[in-house]
Amino acid sequence: MRARWILGLLPLLTITPTQAMDKHEPAFSKVLLDRLEARDLDIGTQFAWDLSAWYGGDIDKLYFATEGDYLTGAGEDNGTERAETRIAWSRAFAPFWDWQLGARRDWKPDHPNRDWGSIGVQGLAPYRFEMDATLFIGEAGLSQLRLAAEYELLFTQRLILTPRLEANAYGKEDTRNGIGTGLTTLEGGLRLRYEIRRRFAPYIGVNWERQYGDTADFSRAAGEDIQTTSLVAGIRAWY
Amino acid sequence: MQRKSQLVVPRRRFVQGLALGAAGLGLMPRTLLARQGHSGAATLHGDTFHLTLGGADVNITGKSLPATTINGSLPGPTLRWREGDTVTLKVTNLLPETSSIHWHGILLPFQMDGVPGLSYDGIAPGQTFTYRFPVRQSGSYWYHSHSGFQEQTGIYGAIVIDPKTVDPHPVDRDEVVVLSDWSDASPEHIFATLKKQSDYYNFHERTLADTWHDMREKGLVQTLKDRHMWNTMRMSQSDIADVTGYTYTYLMNGRSPADNWTLQFHPGERIRLRFINASAMTFFDIRIPGLDMTVVAMDGQPVTPVSFHECRLGVAETLDVIVEPRGDRAYTLFAQSIDRSGFVRGTLTPDPALQADVPAMDKPPLLTARDMGMDMSTMKMDGMDMGKMNNMDEHMAGMDHKGGMSMSAMDNMDEHQDGMTAMAMPHKRQSHTMHMDSDKRGAPFAEDPHNPDLPARQSATEHAASEHGPGVDMRAMMPQPMLDDPGPGLRDRQWKVLTYADVETAGGPPDSSHADRDIVLHLTGNMERYMWSFNGIKFADSVPLQLHHGERVRITLVNDTMMTHPIHLHGMWSDLELGDGKLLRKHTVTVKPGEKVSYLVRADAPGRWAYHCHLLYHMQAGMFREVRVIDGEENA
Repeated sequence: MRARWILGLLPLLTITPTQAMDKHEPAFSKVLLDRLEARDLDIGTQFAWDLSAWYGGDIDKLYFATEGDYLTGAGEDNGTERAETRIAWSRAFAPFWDWQLGARRDWKPDHPNRDWGSIGVQGLAPYRFEMDATLFIGEAGLSQLRLAAEYELLFTQRLILTPRLEANAYGKEDTRNGIGTGLTTLEGGLRLRYEIRRRFAPYIGVNWERQYGDTADFSRAAGEDIQTTSLVAGIRAWY
Repeated sequence: MQRKSQLVVPRRRFVQGLALGAAGLGLMPRTLLARQGHSGAATLHGDTFHLTLGGADVNITGKSLPATTINGSLPGPTLRWREGDTVTLKVTNLLPETSSIHWHGILLPFQMDGVPGLSYDGIAPGQTFTYRFPVRQSGSYWYHSHSGFQEQTGIYGAIVIDPKTVDPHPVDRDEVVVLSDWSDASPEHIFATLKKQSDYYNFHERTLADTWHDMREKGLVQTLKDRHMWNTMRMSQSDIADVTGYTYTYLMNGRSPADNWTLQFHPGERIRLRFINASAMTFFDIRIPGLDMTVVAMDGQPVTPVSFHECRLGVAETLDVIVEPRGDRAYTLFAQSIDRSGFVRGTLTPDPALQADVPAMDKPPLLTARDMGMDMSTMKMDGMDMGKMNNMDEHMAGMDHKGGMSMSAMDNMDEHQDGMTAMAMPHKRQSHTMHMDSDKRGAPFAEDPHNPDLPARQSATEHAASEHGPGVDMRAMMPQPMLDDPGPGLRDRQWKVLTYADVETAGGPPDSSHADRDIVLHLTGNMERYMWSFNGIKFADSVPLQLHHGERVRITLVNDTMMTHPIHLHGMWSDLELGDGKLLRKHTVTVKPGEKVSYLVRADAPGRWAYHCHLLYHMQAGMFREVRVIDGEENA
């Protein structure tokens, strides 16, 4: 049912070529599955996804993103560990930068959902660092700052190494979700992909994640690791 | 002397070509060469023509794919007109979408120009439109669709107009060589892909291995310095072509490299080759190893003959050359794309059994600071030590000073000594304006109420407010006249490369009156977002540029991008200013990165005209203006 609804939307997303030199501006869309990967953890295999999409013209775009983890293994914690979706209006304000105004919902099993309003900046910094800095304002005075940076290092035209770093910080603790104030997590990744096609690239890499401050304490108290390092394998694809 | 070389084709293209070669006559000697006009397309003579636009499957790469064709062929038939005739062209559209035919470079009433939305509504499916106009010129031209992306999928063909008077260059054989680019992917798909990832087709990006190589060659510090500008500007030094041989198969008269278009000649013949670049996106560097060419016309207009070995032909430009091949050997007609991602070749031979070696493609060129309009070290200036400015690059990166410097007429700088002291050393925040244009009357680029799109400028190179915004990723700091510069990839040739500076319109300036008015347009864009515009304003946001009927205007183009753009004004000539009052009459003017050029236009054709970059996807992205030539002071 839902699939049919999505298929029904597809024609709207295809571009219409300009037949005459009129001033009609076509809209475009891109769906980027940046990471769909399996992570080798002690407690099982974790699958993680990170997908973003946009639809629009040169200046204004509708932006959508979702990311999350899903665990399979021998333990009893199988299933989706966490997921979030973001929707935003993205507007180009400088040659390499867009600002984004939107909303986000976090979902975690057995925990309350969290809804946020977001304001962020996305773009390409000098030396071609891809940057994403977003401030989320949540219910009950919650706030979160997320900074992410990524770089593409070309070994060849198709073999590309991508270091990635993400930092999260909270302005107010969210004890029910096990999150303290200040720097909560740092995540680093190193992924080596081979672009069989520009649009399709398998990759291997390592992912490292660590919690800090009260957040780490909450995890320790719950008997969870505060740091994980895992080998990953996955695919990157876009359309 | 023939250079020893071998056929080196990147494997994928070789496979493509082989598939076609096996399917067609390909690498076999061709036997159909005796007849005239064997370009693959028919030649139609007379004053009444019937053209049918339709769909047909073509097989260029081994796959049969739908194309748009004219009278069932790709390219369409060559039209042979006579100067002085009134031609009637009945064009029937059998495509399922609106179509059109534009007669490129032809002087005609604007209603006959074939641009949907400006000249007329286009030709609806199933309809026939009758074009009728007197032919007021002679030479090599072409025609193509001006609707959507049909030009990419096959709606183009050659026009040859025989002069009313005696041909100044009588020849024994007269051949059209139409160069074009074909993709198995649909143009809509290519355009959408560029919008999503603009470097998608560039497989010449700088890699870690290049960095390592540079470090060994130049040292770490120099390598980092060299890369600094590109890294801070977020530009690619190898961004020479947007759409490349990765998806394109290059064609000569509709034939792929493996299919080897062949021209058979008789020993001792004098041959005119009419090169027409009918590509959607590809600049070609053309040469015939072992054979000198003599240019006799550009864009259909006779020029002072000059002998040369290689020439870069911009999209939509035409070039007539005379060759006199020896009768005992074959020659390869070699045209490689500007970024060296592919080539097309053909053969000139007295004997179908003979073929010549096909040269290897060059290394892909890299852009330099000079191409970004940021380097002064190469300027020709007597009495000044420009070498001292070599370290300017580091100051220029990211510099965004007001004012700007107009370096036009640099060759006769002596007349402008007053400007020299100011140039002695650039400062990081340069606020003074150095205007060295020959036209010194007050502010030459004043505000024009009829043209709100045109900001007042103190100098042609000053950047207007509209050139700052999301759609513009760079502004050339010191654009220079570069007419004698063959451009990236052709600067180190051991042989003569033809440039605009080598020729002028035969018989002297066709119109030597001064400009009544100056118009400045900056070619602007954002490669990352794949946005293209004039003065930072894309077509969708623009108002028509108004010219007054009969006036003579000087249009100065400043290239603020890293791409080479072929700029085409419909309906009126662009008389390129070569200096010393010399003019080169053209319909399409190629502007290199970092270059500033000017040309004079006599607004003698009232109506609504198109003015645009002839790179198809740049035009579609917004590097397009309507030009209105109006009578009196009315606001049309």
